Amino acid sequence: MSAVLAPMPVETNRMNRIFSTLLPIGCAALLAVAGPMLGAYGTDFVVKVMILSIFALSLQLLVGMTGLVSLGHAAFYGIGAYATVLASGKEGGSIAWLLPLAMASAAGYALVVGALSLRTRGVYFIMVTLAFAQMAFFVFHDTGLGGGSDGIYMYVRPVLGALDMENRLTQFYVVLAALVFTYGLLALIGRSRFGAALAGIRVNEQRMRAAGFPVYGYKLAAFVIAGALAGLAGFLLAARDGVVNPELLSWHNSGDVLLMIILGGLGHLRGAVIGAVVFTVLKEVLSTQAFVGPLADHWQLTLGLAIIAFVALLPKGIIGLAARLSPRAA
Amino acid sequence: MDLGTFLVQCLNAVQYGLLLFLVASGLTLIFGIMGVINLAHGSFYMIGAYLAFSLAPLFGDRFIVMLLAGVVLTALLGYVLEWAFFSYLYQRDHLQQVLMTYGLILVFEELRSILVGNDVHGVPLPAWLGGSFALGDLMSYPWYRIFASLACVVVALGLYYVVNRTRLGMMIRAGASNRDMVRGLGIDIRRLYRIVFAAGVALGALAGMIAAPMSSVYPNMGASVLIICFVVVVIGGIGSITGALVAALLVGFVDTFGKVFFAELSGVGIYVLMAIILIWRPEGLMGRKT
Repeated sequence: MSAVLAPMPVETNRMNRIFSTLLPIGCAALLAVAGPMLGAYGTDFVVKVMILSIFALSLQLLVGMTGLVSLGHAAFYGIGAYATVLASGKEGGSIAWLLPLAMASAAGYALVVGALSLRTRGVYFIMVTLAFAQMAFFVFHDTGLGGGSDGIYMYVRPVLGALDMENRLTQFYVVLAALVFTYGLLALIGRSRFGAALAGIRVNEQRMRAAGFPVYGYKLAAFVIAGALAGLAGFLLAARDGVVNPELLSWHNSGDVLLMIILGGLGHLRGAVIGAVVFTVLKEVLSTQAFVGPLADHWQLTLGLAIIAFVALLPKGIIGLAARLSPRAA
Repeated sequence: MDLGTFLVQCLNAVQYGLLLFLVASGLTLIFGIMGVINLAHGSFYMIGAYLAFSLAPLFGDRFIVMLLAGVVLTALLGYVLEWAFFSYLYQRDHLQQVLMTYGLILVFEELRSILVGNDVHGVPLPAWLGGSFALGDLMSYPWYRIFASLACVVVALGLYYVVNRTRLGMMIRAGASNRDMVRGLGIDIRRLYRIVFAAGVALGALAGMIAAPMSSVYPNMGASVLIICFVVVVIGGIGSITGALVAALLVGFVDTFGKVFFAELSGVGIYVLMAIILIWRPEGLMGRKT
């Protein structure tokens, strides 16, 4: 705690700020240039990682920035994806209305879940978010609404004028733009008065309430924005895969995305992206025969052990490790 | 719905509720006393069920002996797990507890898949519990479900006795309310935690063993039970064993009758119940206001 509260030397602070602004812009520019050179497998993989990054960023707003540990975030992701496929129907639809619809559906469910679950805190909040996500899972799994446990296919991918999500490169640039938008939005929120209030709630909710802040409203707003952004990731996923199934809303998905942001580093936007990259690569490596031999069939075992080792050894995530290794931050 | 069907459904609801209570009591015991949120608790239920599957051929008709053997084995497992993993989590925040226990779930599920495979298996009923008795003109009810309910009641009474009437129970309650003071009085709190954790694991596993002949054993059976147990704990109030009992029975009734009246949407019923409780009493039925 003292490390958080101690004033940082001005120079480091400014360096950090420049670094944390330039680094993501540099990465995005690099990706934009490299896009056409990645090849079919490469683009597909990068698109997957970028979608997961958006998903992880949306949860970072809750967990890292506001201190609300949600274990049901996959519900909003899945609802965004389902809304896209269900609304596009047989004729397909335009991104111009499918995207807002997906985000609004996810935000709508987030509003209901948030309004209820924010009446609790701590460990209760974890359980309640998980339970409501499971409810959404059951709705898609057990009823005919979304094709039951098999899920449904999309007939035509979303389009917007010349942009056709059927095209691999279009997909790549739309997803990249969405990632930049999400990152930028959250960076702005982090520097705004609203973001400062969220940080205050994370550090000491009692004091914020005593200072006259409508804590519940702030938390609910964060919850709904996070839900909407998860819906954005869901929209992109549906447009990429062309198919949705209830597994999207499963609690394993919620656990994985929570893992990503902790893996990367809590409270840092780039932590969410780093976590998404590392997690996806780790999963890919652990389930590929060429890397781990016969263990590939049992990737859950190795992944589980990796998670346990990670919790034991790196409680502050990869960013924390980098900070520990660099003498400047010591 | 005639009277016979109604009675059968009531018995089912009570039996399901009692079984949930058994799982939830282990969860709430571990959380209430050690402050650890244990996602792997569903895995202990799964381990119990698979243990019943593997032990059943060895024990044959000595079903109760098998249950006792399973309780001893899983309590030992709990003792070791506490020592190896959970004892590091007490000082950490909930987020890391969630993560580590999530990792444990993956490990347990994969070990299950390696050791037993991914097929669904039935567990044979012991012969002396096999029959059923008539209820009304048309319906009959299996004896085993009555046995399952009774077993849960016996365990619940035993739990009540131990927590409220014994020296160990006194230490447990004291440890829940003031850890440092208990340590100051010269009680080895780490050993106490280890015992409580072992008991919590054994409770979850015992529920799994009792459920196995009714539900058969299948992959991921732990996860669904875990989430329903969370609902039970949220409704009942965290750390309250009585609350867990009331909530478990409530969930049992809502779920059972939900399946009768709204077959397709039955999965949603208990969550609606949870939403209502959250609006009405966010701290749970028996929970203390925070």
